[in-house]
Amino acid sequence: MDKVLSNKKIIALYVLPSLLLILAIVYIPIVLTAYYGLNEWNGIGAMTFVGLDNYMALFKDATFWNSAWHSLLLALFSGLSLMLYLVVAMVLAARIKGAQLFRKIYLIPMLLSSVAIAQLWLKIYHPTNGVLNTLLESIGIANPPAWLAESSIVLFALFIPILWQYAGFYILIYYAALKNIPASLEEAAKIDGANALQIAWKIKLPLAMEVVKVTIVLAVVGSLKYFDLIFVMTDGGPSGSSEVMASYMYHEAFRAYDFGYGSAIGFFLLVICLAVTWVIRKLTATKDTIQYS
Amino acid sequence: MFNKKRAMLLLSVCLVLVVSGCGANSNEGTGGTNGEPAENGDKVTINFMHLWPEGVSAGQNKIVNQIITEYQDEHPNVAIKQEVLDNEQYKNKLKVLSASNKLPDVGVTWAAGFLQPYVEGQLFTPVDDLLSGELKDKFVAGTTEAYAIDGKTYALPLEFNIAPIYYNKSIFEKYKLEIPQTYEQLKAVVKTLSDNGVAPIALGNKDRWTGSLWYMYLADRMAGQPALSSAISGAGSFKEEGLLKAAAEVQSLVDSQAFVKGFNGLSNEEAKSEFLNGKAAMYMMGTWELPNFTTNEDIPQDFRDSVGFFKFPTVEGGKGDINSWVGGPGVGLFVGENSKVKAESKAFVEYFVTKWGEQSVTGAGVIPATKVDASNMDLPQLYIDLFNEMNQASSITLFADVQMQANAAETHLNMIQALFGKATTPEKFSEEHDTAIASGK
Repeated sequence: MDKVLSNKKIIALYVLPSLLLILAIVYIPIVLTAYYGLNEWNGIGAMTFVGLDNYMALFKDATFWNSAWHSLLLALFSGLSLMLYLVVAMVLAARIKGAQLFRKIYLIPMLLSSVAIAQLWLKIYHPTNGVLNTLLESIGIANPPAWLAESSIVLFALFIPILWQYAGFYILIYYAALKNIPASLEEAAKIDGANALQIAWKIKLPLAMEVVKVTIVLAVVGSLKYFDLIFVMTDGGPSGSSEVMASYMYHEAFRAYDFGYGSAIGFFLLVICLAVTWVIRKLTATKDTIQYS
Repeated sequence: MFNKKRAMLLLSVCLVLVVSGCGANSNEGTGGTNGEPAENGDKVTINFMHLWPEGVSAGQNKIVNQIITEYQDEHPNVAIKQEVLDNEQYKNKLKVLSASNKLPDVGVTWAAGFLQPYVEGQLFTPVDDLLSGELKDKFVAGTTEAYAIDGKTYALPLEFNIAPIYYNKSIFEKYKLEIPQTYEQLKAVVKTLSDNGVAPIALGNKDRWTGSLWYMYLADRMAGQPALSSAISGAGSFKEEGLLKAAAEVQSLVDSQAFVKGFNGLSNEEAKSEFLNGKAAMYMMGTWELPNFTTNEDIPQDFRDSVGFFKFPTVEGGKGDINSWVGGPGVGLFVGENSKVKAESKAFVEYFVTKWGEQSVTGAGVIPATKVDASNMDLPQLYIDLFNEMNQASSITLFADVQMQANAAETHLNMIQALFGKATTPEKFSEEHDTAIASGK
């Protein structure tokens, strides 16, 4: 085995296919996107080079910053919801009765496709026949809001299914990380008289920290470029109140036929994601990794 | 050890095979769309991309297949390869294909503003020769013009639509309502219905063009068709008094609870189901919905029998005419400029358009863009009435979002949603329109 992996040619052979694939479908398009962003282009005819005009316009575009704010809010909520998922995972990992069942229940949304989830929640939020409003009316709340039609609440109404969609994924990751912590540590802490809260805070959390860091990056970056449910459920509406960066990019490129500007948004989105990832890595950097074996 | 090494090599070979397999597939997929030149004798393949999938547009899909089969029987040297996509996907794919210059030989396009960039990019070929040939005088007046840019026609229309207000006769009977002739009467109908807890009008304004229809009619009736047309074309202004009043009127309709609850978050499909379930009394939509109110067996007979329509009422003191409609040609067929089988494709388009006219009336129950003698066909009354209305129309204004260039259309649609959602004022609404149209993209 070691002999195989020390042969440079073999390494190249293994790495090359996926490297070529990634170059062709990820890195080259990124470069092209950045280049398209420098052009005035309707996606069909000839391109005219306009330099940084699109990027300059982007900085002054109130609609873009509005959608960026919405994306940021989503990132914030996703980040915060991670704490809840961690707690749930800790409870599940503590070998309580029915943990197996709950784990499966939490995981199911992840198995559904985004469009199916969107359809499901459209039915829940339907202003007159929806499950939610029927329920609210039956407990005596007259005239409950039309969740997806009111500018002030639509964004938060969308956050719920988005967070729900990924809950199972993060709970599963945390569950696996927590299960990896040797039972001996917990037992030792118990003997020393630590209560459940102390064990969670002082033993489990630090040991799962590396995983937590990864999930923060995943959740925040995933939220910044989020698109699916918003596209299907509200299409960014009403009048832009649930527009996020990715949906704005889509609308500019495919609806308004402004591929140059759409590409500029796309590239800027990438820059934002990279910057945020870097900041998160810096903020959560620790000097010494905790060993427990 | 040796076995392991071999196994790993085998695995990586598999990966390479998979990768190259993908490559081969995609080559096959894209290479074909440009039409193969006449190889091995006279065999010709025409690639035809359209948007009538079997599930969504069963009637149209059947007709397409029928026409293609007939054509292939009559022209044994021609094979027609279909690619079927759903509406939105179709639009996206058309864009992507045109960016890489791989348009199909024959495809479906929309009129005016949608067509413009494709014509500027020289991707569609003019079909004027067909219009002066066998198809001369076959089209309903005003349909092919929507596909003309700089004096050349780039596509041949298939359908022609106008948008009436459909209403549920049994709901109207229950509350002893009459068909409104004036806008004041319409408002009275709305008030009675909403006082009785019935949603007056089904509107799915998440899709935005649905609300645009309402604005356009109000604008037409208040400011008159010429004012609306010139504002859309950029010659006039949306700040014209009548147009401003129309925008304000939209908001007062919203205030009077005229539209279903949460209309700005509902899609057209969801709104339509409110009307189909008898929960909303009125629904304004194009004549492409006719099959659902006449022949579609999936919808209960009781309901289909109780659907009637009326023209958008006149507004007192307004400049509009009750016989002025909002509508226009639906989709049309284009032939790719870079097609290698242009002559054959044009012949197919000519054949298709002619056959479509005859068969779409009886088969799909939609109104074709070609002149059809419907007098000796057995057709539903609702269809005949609307067909006659169309022939008496004093003017037909093309849907605003189709008329405008893509960017202006997007502004228009966004502003419509904002206007209905009261997130903007009529003044701001008009101003944004003028700016967007003036920018010329």
